[in-house]
Amino acid sequence: MEAFTTHTGRAVPLRRSNVDTDQIIPAHWLKKVTRDGFEDGLFEAWRRDPEFVLNKPERAGASVLVAGPDFGTGSSREHAVWALQNYGFAAVISPRFADIFRGNSLKNGLLTVVLPQSAVDTLWQAVEADPTTEITVDLVAREVRCGPSFRESFDLDDNARWRLLEGLDDISLTLRQEDDIAAYEAARPSFKPRTLTA
Amino acid sequence: MGRTLAEKVWDDHVVRRAEGEPDLLYIDLHLLHEVTSPQAFDGLRKGGRTVRRTDLTIATEDHNTPTLDIDKPIADPVSRTQLETLRKNCADFGVRLHPLGDDEQGVVHVVGPQLGLTQPGMTVVCGDSHTSTHGAFGALAFGIGTSQVEHVLATQTLPMAPFRTMAVTVTGELPDAVTAKDLILAIIARIGTGGGQGYVIEYRGEAIEKLSMESRMTICNMSIEAGARAGMIAPDETTFAYLQGRDHAPDGADREAAVDYWRTLRTDDDAVFDHEVVIDAAELAPFVTWGTNPGQGAPLSEVVPDPGSFDDPSERFAAEKALEYMGLTAGQPLRDIAVDTVFVGSCTNGRIEDLRAAAAVIEGRSVADGVRMLVVPGSVRVSLQAVAEGLDRVFTAAGAEWRHAGCSMCLGMNPDQLAPGERSASTSNRNFEGRQGKGGRTHLVSPQVAAATAVTGHLASPADLETTDAAQPVGV
Repeated sequence: MEAFTTHTGRAVPLRRSNVDTDQIIPAHWLKKVTRDGFEDGLFEAWRRDPEFVLNKPERAGASVLVAGPDFGTGSSREHAVWALQNYGFAAVISPRFADIFRGNSLKNGLLTVVLPQSAVDTLWQAVEADPTTEITVDLVAREVRCGPSFRESFDLDDNARWRLLEGLDDISLTLRQEDDIAAYEAARPSFKPRTLTA
Repeated sequence: MGRTLAEKVWDDHVVRRAEGEPDLLYIDLHLLHEVTSPQAFDGLRKGGRTVRRTDLTIATEDHNTPTLDIDKPIADPVSRTQLETLRKNCADFGVRLHPLGDDEQGVVHVVGPQLGLTQPGMTVVCGDSHTSTHGAFGALAFGIGTSQVEHVLATQTLPMAPFRTMAVTVTGELPDAVTAKDLILAIIARIGTGGGQGYVIEYRGEAIEKLSMESRMTICNMSIEAGARAGMIAPDETTFAYLQGRDHAPDGADREAAVDYWRTLRTDDDAVFDHEVVIDAAELAPFVTWGTNPGQGAPLSEVVPDPGSFDDPSERFAAEKALEYMGLTAGQPLRDIAVDTVFVGSCTNGRIEDLRAAAAVIEGRSVADGVRMLVVPGSVRVSLQAVAEGLDRVFTAAGAEWRHAGCSMCLGMNPDQLAPGERSASTSNRNFEGRQGKGGRTHLVSPQVAAATAVTGHLASPADLETTDAAQPVGV
């Protein structure tokens, strides 16, 4: 995973709540067996509408998505994160994320930032009024900045932040705990089921 | 202070606990399917890693599999490649696989319980959000992403952030016409699609205790639609009886030891939940969705709501968008909504009891003109059982299509899809825009409502059929 420290970019205001992962990447895209090439599937159904915000020329190259509450609900498909990243998004801001989507994002270095609805409203207004407005998502300082006056801090637990800042591979970290895992396995009860017969 | 069921199961799986780090949890069972695993196996290969516990891992094919002509090569080359990739991965890494054509193939969340692999007090994961289904056994079961699938394959563990606990207590008795599906749809409408975020929900109370295992699975299955990390029901005699004699359930001395342990898996009387919701079962009625998320539902007897009636601006806007997409008008009675397709199946309602319930409603009746009804068993075992009971013939005699097992139209990854603008009554779990096919419109319903709807051609409950039958002249 690539490390995430701070990112500055133009934004896409997505005034929708309950953006489920079926909207982010429809199921027929999930037949691919790679982690890349999902950019054209991102919001595929909504993008057929020329008025959809992502289709506006002034939003081309934007890298921060600012969405309504309950972003990433539904299916656990990590392809939703890959699609956002493949398209060029580095961070998503929303008042509330679905748990699995948020976990998937952090594993891939897509920063999900929870800000209150009032802050999201302010950002929507700012980037709609001037599409060249840039938003900075600063993981080091744990704050979002926009223009001269907007500065809002956000929470992210220390461990998740450290993993993101360092771009750490979770599997390697866990494999350092081999002794603990082996000790746990040695003590598991015999009645627990096995899928293979010995 | 006492502990909740979820806390007990969690604590029993902590491999490592350290200040400032998420707990490292041991995973007892890892279920795999073709859609969310290829990139994980790829990662193992790149890292030179193996599957740590092939004996705690099992795979099946479900999302992409066709429900017709399963003996012929799969027409869609991309679907075919994905299934072939799973077969190669399982062969290369030594993972047990039940492929299309095998008697144990089916929707992954139907397969685990019927094999007896899902048991109380276990941790169960799968790269699929409906893994919450297995919580019906008192297991801590949750959906994970592909990076986590790779993590579990390599280490049989997962670092997990702490959760909060929520009790959903359903008091009293469910009225006869009300099913587990109606109950869970009503619960989601009450707490909202984000209301469960960060929580493990424990469903409890008299109405829950009286449910069969299959109904409990329907309830826990849709916990994710309320945003919950997992849903659980304390194991009891119903659970133990269901497991008895299943392929992988313990027997002999092991069963005694297991049942002794399982009996400890109850929330202590003095345990405190972070949040509690109480629902009176007696007030419930058949429930359907009108919108584009599972929280947008109402009793079948009501009308399509007016978006203006929602106080919250974001909910109001979501309702406006939903009515526009669904082609509905505020104030329209839900019973007047005509459908083109009825789908009975999925990990929510594709088990034998669901098929029996739908068959009982449609037996001796006919699917309305112009309506297509698909019945897709959740697994080959369910299908074989249904055929042995003659249910397939009940459905086909009524004019429904009897199909092969799989996820099918729940998510339309295979050819079973809605056409643009087409409307369905579906026993599945998600009414998202385009979920069942580009431009398709979905109403989530119980198997009984699905069958009654197929007969009348518009959203209906079995009770509506009795009225219609009585009103029809006899012998003309």
